[in-house]
Amino acid sequence: MAEPKQVSKQASKQKKFGVLAEYDSAAAIFKACEKVRDAGYKRWDSYTPFPVHNLDKAMGIKPSVLPWIVFACGMTGAASGLLLQWWSSTIAYPLVIAGKPLFSFQANVPVTFELGILFSAFGAVFGMLGLNKLPQLYHPLFNIARFARATDDRFFIAIEASDPKYDLEKTRKLLEETAAVAVEEVDD
Amino acid sequence: MASKERDPLDPVRGRKLLVEGGPSFHDLTEQVCTPVEQPGLAWWLAFLPALGGLSIFGVSLFWLLWRGVGIWGLNNPVDWGWAIVDFVFWVGIGHAGTLISAILFLFRQQWRTAVNRSAEAMTIFAVICALTFPTFHTGRPWVIYWALPLPNQMQMWPNFRSPLLWDVFAVSTYFTVSLLFWYVGLIPDLATMRDRATTKIRRFAYGLFSLGWRGSTRHWQHYEKAYLLLAGLATPLVLSVHTIVSFDFAVSQLPGWHTTIFPPYFVAGAIFSGFAMVLTLLIPIRKWYGLEHIITIKHLENMAKIILLTGSMVGYAYAMEFFIAWYSGNPYESFAFVNRAFGPYAWAYWIMISCNVITPQLVWFKKIRRSPVALFVLSIFVNIGMWFERFVITVTSLSRDFLPSSWDYYSATIWDVGMLVGSFGLFFTLFCLFIRYLPMIALAEIKAVMPAANPHPPGDDH
Repeated sequence: MAEPKQVSKQASKQKKFGVLAEYDSAAAIFKACEKVRDAGYKRWDSYTPFPVHNLDKAMGIKPSVLPWIVFACGMTGAASGLLLQWWSSTIAYPLVIAGKPLFSFQANVPVTFELGILFSAFGAVFGMLGLNKLPQLYHPLFNIARFARATDDRFFIAIEASDPKYDLEKTRKLLEETAAVAVEEVDD
Repeated sequence: MASKERDPLDPVRGRKLLVEGGPSFHDLTEQVCTPVEQPGLAWWLAFLPALGGLSIFGVSLFWLLWRGVGIWGLNNPVDWGWAIVDFVFWVGIGHAGTLISAILFLFRQQWRTAVNRSAEAMTIFAVICALTFPTFHTGRPWVIYWALPLPNQMQMWPNFRSPLLWDVFAVSTYFTVSLLFWYVGLIPDLATMRDRATTKIRRFAYGLFSLGWRGSTRHWQHYEKAYLLLAGLATPLVLSVHTIVSFDFAVSQLPGWHTTIFPPYFVAGAIFSGFAMVLTLLIPIRKWYGLEHIITIKHLENMAKIILLTGSMVGYAYAMEFFIAWYSGNPYESFAFVNRAFGPYAWAYWIMISCNVITPQLVWFKKIRRSPVALFVLSIFVNIGMWFERFVITVTSLSRDFLPSSWDYYSATIWDVGMLVGSFGLFFTLFCLFIRYLPMIALAEIKAVMPAANPHPPGDDH
């Protein structure tokens, strides 16, 4: 190195998060993602200001399991709604109202339905946040000034240093060969 | 004129361009976020009157809690007065927001992206206004939790056969799901606000609520699935909510209420009134905030067409109610309807008919459909008409039921008026705060429907 004094010992040992590449259009990042996917990387991600159509397929990500979570939550909600009404009106507080049976499912449809929807919605929102590991208020990419435009008008790919195929020079070269407008290394 | 009024077309889809003037993604971010970051004086002109309205609400509520519901004009046959009228009115307003955010999403109506955020906000604020009325109408709002199935020292449980209890579940679920749906939509845009923030407070607040969103495609994948599922859940939910609200009436035995037409008729009326409120809010805002290229005249036209459709359904329901009242051969039922049109509340009935049946028909004319001023005036008429619809339904049936000896005329007091005006104050205050602090256009969603968002531009060999 030309000026070894300026690099402190800590900084030189600074762990690296990976390499970040910036793109200026949805079309460019789509092709770049296909290239990175075909190069066999696993621990990498792309960042876009809006969901780019089919970009998950270009990255080779498996479909979301969220619908199963929501289904389970919905069924739980509906079952607990029905159970609550059955138990409270036949066992806890049996009271004949308007000469009708203590329990009949027709009168219990609205509450069962609403609780099914309510639990499903909780499942959808909190399931989504859980699968995404959010809230996560810190991320190494937030230290990069250009990354602020990921929520505005720029598109990014980050290949992480923890990927088994990661090699700074080769990975960097791969990203530079795509239509990236900038490529830089990111500290962890 | 015909050729000049043609809308610009999207080069990829060949359909009407959703955002006019060809702004870049960054231009859009600027146009939507700048009014939040540097609010103009005009905002105060809207906010201060709204606060005035809210203070009327505060005074009315204080007096109500001090004296009890006796300060309202309720009397013996009419135990449900303006409180229930206002409740149904506000819940109905909310429905357009859910229709835009959920049902139009399922139908892939991409124009919804320009209006869904503010319409969903409207839904939430309208439901808040709605919930205050039954809460205070109970007389003892501090024990409102009795309506919930909570174990208690009296060992009593709610009556699950009562439509009023169904209402508790329906409206509170509706509020919760609407709030979640709205918040999920907001997360990426809050992240945009965070990344643009220039002050520490903003950075912290937007940063906290955006949960560390970074636009990751792996996140977007679950996010989009969650959004789709929420839309799929909110669609039957919104239909169930006003259906159950109509059960409050339809399940009782009263002539004029006990009809099977109520659920579809209430849902159509709710969407009708809600779209009118969306127009009332957005026509001035798009002008003041310079968003006319995002919420274009075509958006207004589309909403006007939905008003025409649902308005016609409401008109049909009015006619069908009369027909069935006669065709049923039930003298009480026929009396209830003749009494509505020609009895002591005929004035209210004819306000309702002229606002709800006649005014929406003007939308058949393209000139009116594409004139913001005309649509604004029309939307006010629909708002008034739909409030009167609920008044007519509630009051005419109650004031004259089976037994003439129990008939009585009902009139509201100044405190009923105070509550209604005050609830508008609450609604507009919340809405002003919304446009002051949050991006009122769903940025991430609208960017995704622009031609430049297509990863395969024309000529692409993909």
